[in-house]
Amino acid sequence: MSSLTISGMTATSCIGRGLTQTLSALRAQRCGLVRCAFRDLVLDTWIGEVDVVDDEAIDADLREFNCRNNRLAQLALAEDGFVDAVDAAIERWGRRRVGIFLGTSTAGMLRTEWAFRHRDAVSGQLPADFVYAATHSPYSLTEFVRRKLRLEGPALAVSSACSSSAKVFASAQRMVDSGLIDAAVVGGVDSLCATTLYGFKSLGLLAEECCRPFSDDRAGISIGEAAAYLLLERISDPLDDDSVLLLGVGESSDAYHMSSPHPEGLGARLAMERALHAAGLNPRDIDYINLHGTGTIANDSAEANAIAHVFGTATPCSSTKGATGHTLGAAGALEAAICVLAIKNALMPSGPSAGRRDDTMAIDYLSQNQHGKVSTVLSNAFGFGGSNCSLIFGRLT
Amino acid sequence: MLNGYIDGIGVLGPGIKSWQDAERMLTGDVAYAAARTVLSPSALLPPPERRRAGRGVMAALQVGHAACVMADVPPSEPASVFASSGGDGDICHAICSAMAAGDHLISPTQFHNSVHNAISGYWGIATGAMTPSSVVSAYDGSFAAGLLEALTLLAAACTPVLLVASDTDYPPPLYRARPVPDIFAVALLLTATPHPTKSVARIRVADAAPFAETPSQPMGDTALESLRTSIPAARCLPLLHSIARRDTGNVILDYLDSQGLVIEMVPCA
Repeated sequence: MSSLTISGMTATSCIGRGLTQTLSALRAQRCGLVRCAFRDLVLDTWIGEVDVVDDEAIDADLREFNCRNNRLAQLALAEDGFVDAVDAAIERWGRRRVGIFLGTSTAGMLRTEWAFRHRDAVSGQLPADFVYAATHSPYSLTEFVRRKLRLEGPALAVSSACSSSAKVFASAQRMVDSGLIDAAVVGGVDSLCATTLYGFKSLGLLAEECCRPFSDDRAGISIGEAAAYLLLERISDPLDDDSVLLLGVGESSDAYHMSSPHPEGLGARLAMERALHAAGLNPRDIDYINLHGTGTIANDSAEANAIAHVFGTATPCSSTKGATGHTLGAAGALEAAICVLAIKNALMPSGPSAGRRDDTMAIDYLSQNQHGKVSTVLSNAFGFGGSNCSLIFGRLT
Repeated sequence: MLNGYIDGIGVLGPGIKSWQDAERMLTGDVAYAAARTVLSPSALLPPPERRRAGRGVMAALQVGHAACVMADVPPSEPASVFASSGGDGDICHAICSAMAAGDHLISPTQFHNSVHNAISGYWGIATGAMTPSSVVSAYDGSFAAGLLEALTLLAAACTPVLLVASDTDYPPPLYRARPVPDIFAVALLLTATPHPTKSVARIRVADAAPFAETPSQPMGDTALESLRTSIPAARCLPLLHSIARRDTGNVILDYLDSQGLVIEMVPCA
């Protein structure tokens, strides 16, 4: 697989709108979670909500796409000059040579929930202005952003739960290697809805306080929402010194259980080993690992087992979900953006302070931000159904 | 150049029980007659998962297994691509109805079955496959998007690739917003090199012009054309038609809005 250069990037989550706010929140180890007061939900939990999503106005010609997920997608797209970077890629390669691959777990589910509460009293039909293709379909997000960016290349949605927007990097890299495209917009958008909040509650995986990944009293996840995009391009010209590349992707399946990870982290281990192999790197080449680190007892210990097996105990690692919450189908892309920020700013972000570490897990978990050169990082994203994906980003060596 | 060889095929749909069935209908030897899709429980799944899995999972596992058997490839070996237009219609209906009625106690099994990669997860549990597994969607173009994903994966992987495209019906009221009337599932087992006795066709993404402005060709038979347009996964029918008839030439598959995917077909000896 060939390395791809990252020529544009933006991220919006509860810790910030755009990269500048995101970076300053990471520097301050700030937590963006708040006690859940979302719509009419009655849940004893904390959530990572993005402000003013509902103020976002959708253009008239895209009105049928109006739902929280697409409003969040649009709000985030406006930051960090991302649209200009995409326009430059279109200029460079042609509109048909730029693909778009976006991940989401629930797309516009909140809108479908609304439609079911507003069924016609007599006929039982959903409201006439409920448009399945533009809001409920997992592809609705990709089609919406594709139209906003006026792209005409290959497109798809990846929906593999919490690994969705990590796996889009693999699809994009393979498509570039195939010769069908030269550049790709990848990313993920997932927004708050009742189905995921009550669903994780039913599995007993929702924390009542802010999630505390890898702490000795961790009690589950906090759900957040986010949108993050990266622009990947084939390397054609000499790169400048500040360039960060996608070096490798590794994917695997647990083949174990629908909602519990393999206890030894076997699938996670395979994903990390395959990413290292794809990048042509050794475990000691990795300076920092951004963990999947959701904060559930089983996930964190399975991941720690896998990390210890592949990397030993000395590679600094942390989860940033204590800051952003678990943004589900957007987590892979959000944390990819955080990894690129880590490299560009020589910062290994620890996330908010979260009490005593779980000493049974033999890994070097950062309890404070660490400063210093970061050349190569690995990011993990694991999902329901045992869907695992690891990404490696770094400088040109 | 993106290409591959089809060594195994599985099909299940309204009035179609197997690839052998479909082949006779597509060549015109037997008239196609629509009837409700008949599912059989997967012997591959352990009993607890068999009880938990939905109808869409059963259909996808059945065709995936049939394609592996026809190709004589152990099901744990291929990397996989699962393409669906949407998730499980029954579960979406059940969760949304319950919540609209104020019942927030979602069943844990229903919740984990509601993810779009449920089929991929059950496939892994059933077969032990720890290979990469993509889960993709592109609305009515999901089959073509999945085929493209499968061919790029085949070029990158050192294993065969199993593509499974499947969709389930929606109960009302979602049915009116997305009128998918029944289950359809198709599986192709793809290999990078031809096998002298097993390969049935070579498929290749047209190099010069991979994407066409023209829509896909309709099926000549009106009942088959109605099947093709009513269930997203059945948009594979022009490709299956070409394989069954051992045609050489281009097939255009519905892909993105106003864009078809052009596939060059050559039958194998």
